[in-house]
Amino acid sequence: MAHAEAHAHPATSTGIDNRKLAIWTFIGSECLFFASLISTYLVYKGKSLVGPFPKDIFEIPLVTFGTALLLFSSLFVVLSLNAAEQGNRKKTILWLGLTIVCGLFFIGMQVYEFSHFVHKGLTMQGNLFGASFYTLTGFHGTHVTIGVVWLLTVFIELLRGKLPPAKALNLEIAALYWHFVDVVWIVIFPVVYLMN
Amino acid sequence: MAHSHAAGEAAAPEHNFPEKAGEYVRIGVILVVLTALEVGAYEVAHRAHGTALGAAWFVPTILVLSALKFALVALYYMHLKWDGRFLKGIFTFSLFVAAIVILALMVLMTYHYTYAGTLPKVG
Repeated sequence: MAHAEAHAHPATSTGIDNRKLAIWTFIGSECLFFASLISTYLVYKGKSLVGPFPKDIFEIPLVTFGTALLLFSSLFVVLSLNAAEQGNRKKTILWLGLTIVCGLFFIGMQVYEFSHFVHKGLTMQGNLFGASFYTLTGFHGTHVTIGVVWLLTVFIELLRGKLPPAKALNLEIAALYWHFVDVVWIVIFPVVYLMN
Repeated sequence: MAHSHAAGEAAAPEHNFPEKAGEYVRIGVILVVLTALEVGAYEVAHRAHGTALGAAWFVPTILVLSALKFALVALYYMHLKWDGRFLKGIFTFSLFVAAIVILALMVLMTYHYTYAGTLPKVG
C-alpha cells in the first residue's frame, strides 16, 4: 500500500515533476521578457523620423509562410509526443524530424528576411523601427534556434534508442518550450507585421 | 502527461488527457484557418484604407483571432486543458503580469510623448 502510494504521487511538494514545473516557471518568466520587447516595439511604433518604414519593406506572403511553418511544427511535435507516449518509435522519429525541418526552414526564412531588409537599408542603428524590430524578432529567432538545437538533441537520443516511453517527459519538456516559441510568434505576427 | 511518477524515468507516464492524434490535427486545421482569416482581414483592410469601409474593425479582429490561436495552442498543444491548476496558475499569472507590463509601458510612454509634445521649445 505504502509502495503504491509512493508510486502514485511524485515525491515533490507540488505533486508535479520538478522538470516540468521548472519549464513552466521558465516559460512564465519568458512571458515577461517578450512582453517587455513587444511593448518596446509598440511604444516606438510610428516614431521613426527616417525610413525605411514597415510598409516599405514587409513581405506578408513570406512571413505568412514562416507562420504556417511554426504552426505545423507545433502540430508535428505534439504528434511526436503522442507517438512517444504510445511507444511508437517510428512515428515519434517521423514527426520530430518534421518539426526540426520546419524549425530550420523558419530560421532560414528569418535569415533571408533580415539580409533582405539590410539591403533595403533597415539597420539596427538606422531608425527606431529597425532597432525595435531586430531586437524583438532577433530574440525570437534566437529562441527558435535554441529550440531546434534542443529538439535535435532529443532526436539523437531517440535514434540511439535512449528515449523509451518512460522517458517521454524529456520530449514533452522540449515540446513545451517549442510551443511557447510558437505562441510568441502568434503574437508577433499580427502585432508587428499585420498591424503596420 | 499531467502527472508523472516520482521516478518518471523508471515507469511509463500516466495519461489523464485524451491521446487523440485526430484532435491535434483538427486543432491544427483550425489554427491554419484562423491564420488565413488574419491575412485575409489584413488584405481587406489594406484595400479598404481611405474608403467608406475604413479599417477601424481591423485591429480588434486581428487581436481576437490572435488570442484564439494563442489559447488553442496553450490549451491543447501545451496540454493546459488537462494539466492541474498549479501549472495553469503559473502561466495565467505570468500572462496577467505580462499584460500589465505592456499596458503600463504603453500608458507611460504615451504620457511621455504627449507631455513632451506640449513642452515649450528651448533655444
